[in-house]
Amino acid sequence: MSANEKLLDVDHVTVSFHIGSFLAGGQLVAVNDVTFALYADKPEIYSIAGESGSGKTTLANVLLHDLEPTEGKVTFEGRDLSTLKSRRDSMQFMAKVQPVFQNPFETFSPLRRVEEYLVETAMQFGRAKNRRDAAKVADEALHQVGLSLAEVSRRYPHELSGGQIQRVSVARALIPNPRLILADEPVSMVDASLRMAIVNLFKKLRDEQKVSVIYITHDLATAYYISDRIAIMLRGVVVESGPVENVLGNPLHPYTQLLQESVPKPAATEREQWAQHIELGSTEVREYGRLGCKYAGRCPHVMDVCKTKVPPEQEVEGRTIRCFLYNDGAMPETASPVQTGNLETA
Amino acid sequence: MSLMQMEDVRAYYRTEAYGISRSVRAVDGVSLELLENEIYGVAGESSCGKTTLIKVISGTVKPPLRVESGRVDFNFGDFEVDMLKISPEDMRQNVRWKEISYVMQGSMSVLNPVRKISRTFEDIVGTHQGIPDKKAFREQMREHVMRLGLPPDVLTLYPHQLSGGMRQRVAIALATVFHPSLIIADEPTTALDVVVQRGVLHMLKDIQAESANTVLLVTHDLAVHANVADRVGIMYAGRIVEEGPTQTIFQAPRHPYTEHLINSLPVIGDKTVKKSLGGAPPNLADPPSGCRFHPRCPLAMDRCRTEMPEMIMLSERHRVACHLVEEGRA
Repeated sequence: MSANEKLLDVDHVTVSFHIGSFLAGGQLVAVNDVTFALYADKPEIYSIAGESGSGKTTLANVLLHDLEPTEGKVTFEGRDLSTLKSRRDSMQFMAKVQPVFQNPFETFSPLRRVEEYLVETAMQFGRAKNRRDAAKVADEALHQVGLSLAEVSRRYPHELSGGQIQRVSVARALIPNPRLILADEPVSMVDASLRMAIVNLFKKLRDEQKVSVIYITHDLATAYYISDRIAIMLRGVVVESGPVENVLGNPLHPYTQLLQESVPKPAATEREQWAQHIELGSTEVREYGRLGCKYAGRCPHVMDVCKTKVPPEQEVEGRTIRCFLYNDGAMPETASPVQTGNLETA
Repeated sequence: MSLMQMEDVRAYYRTEAYGISRSVRAVDGVSLELLENEIYGVAGESSCGKTTLIKVISGTVKPPLRVESGRVDFNFGDFEVDMLKISPEDMRQNVRWKEISYVMQGSMSVLNPVRKISRTFEDIVGTHQGIPDKKAFREQMREHVMRLGLPPDVLTLYPHQLSGGMRQRVAIALATVFHPSLIIADEPTTALDVVVQRGVLHMLKDIQAESANTVLLVTHDLAVHANVADRVGIMYAGRIVEEGPTQTIFQAPRHPYTEHLINSLPVIGDKTVKKSLGGAPPNLADPPSGCRFHPRCPLAMDRCRTEMPEMIMLSERHRVACHLVEEGRA
């Protein structure tokens, strides 16, 4: 394996949906020219953060090969996902990329015992030939998340607490020995006191099992705590991305600044700043349809150019950012690769 | 001035099936005072009795929930109410929504999906007060939403046409139609993201500041309490373990549980390892003996396993129930 081989390569991925009626509809670009890569020799936790309705889950669906991108391509371990056609190929891919979803009580059927899922996953991905072996595999996976088969055996989902069952769903994802776990809001349904157990678990997986994690969230405090790099999404566009210490420690994009300021601090000493009034976004669809920067309608530093032209990607102070404020006066003459929806005219 | 006085309330869920009776002690000996013109925050994990506490305060106790003992007295200025004895008719005509209103977590299930927002306003006002002049009423409602900073167009829309944050703000607008003395907000921003959460909580704070009423804010997110509440009460397994002014609770917590809750919160700019609490929240049908926190408490002593700690007043407004504090060890 070469030194900087890519585990996952997301190359200019765009997903657009047709909305409205057949004739008078418009395009909604839910994921807009997103590019990033994870490297095989360096397991890391990569966060994707943003408000609800900013295309995070659509991107997750693309990465899980549930949705074909409209443009661009996703490559996993050198293989383009669009070439995965046969069931065998898909199974091989699924064994290496495993999801953890938001609400564990919806992931598990309330009528089945949770161990069934673990045993079934072990048999399906060929980790075990019979149920006895599968139980052993399940027990090992549960030990990695701080549980044991004896604790969960014969239990139904409602008999476990929210934190426990979310750990079971991480254990299930670990059974096929994945290289990448894609966690979509894994802690937003879990109590604050149990959140850290799940979040610390991802850290442990990265350090001990060398599993990379894509952590999708709107909780910036936990994102800062666990991740190595972060991408901030707004209406389908990655506006700022880079090492988390740079992006959240010293945000440059006005939208990241707003997000970072809005995280309530668990100390009663800094109430004034948080209490400053903010403008909430107009309806999502209208922001998606903006021609220039998607944040232009709310940005306190908005300039004329922001409303018409799409800010290009550039490297500023150890991060990638899309904002004209950091453009050295020269406007890009070349056509931007970012598409704009035609909702305003529709 | 005190708005509500709650004394040693025990509210249990009692079920009986096949001759076996079970009781879940969701609120077990809670005393609480709500003052006029304050935001009181209640924090605690899921299934620690927060919602049951709200049910007792708002007078919506229905079987299998029963209040076993205690008192809940309200003083609304011009009249007083014993919440445990009030008749349903009196409750509907004079108290519910006029003096005590309620903002719930899932605003989608509060708003009727097949009626426009304006019709929901009509339903609520019609039930409690009657609408003699529809035209004047519509104008009144327009003014009411505009005063709260919402675009008046929302009245003509259906709930599904609004974003989550807008829906939650409409729910707050509905709860403030009659300028109630007490607004109970149960996890009002839990499903929302940080920016929208900030907007919704600003609105709640502004309303409180303007009308000088009382807000009971219930959420498990301590960071919200730190920024919004004037006083905070920490609940664990059906009991209040610590209560005090927000500043005091966050700067000098005395109960090990409070301390753990505050120290486990991640903060931007801090990458030190945060530990989570071991074990699971206790089963309220069979709570642990002695101090209910002892099985998870890192500092538990022998005495904690057998003896229930009493509430100790540390200062006029700061109280805590812990043997360690009593013995001067924490």
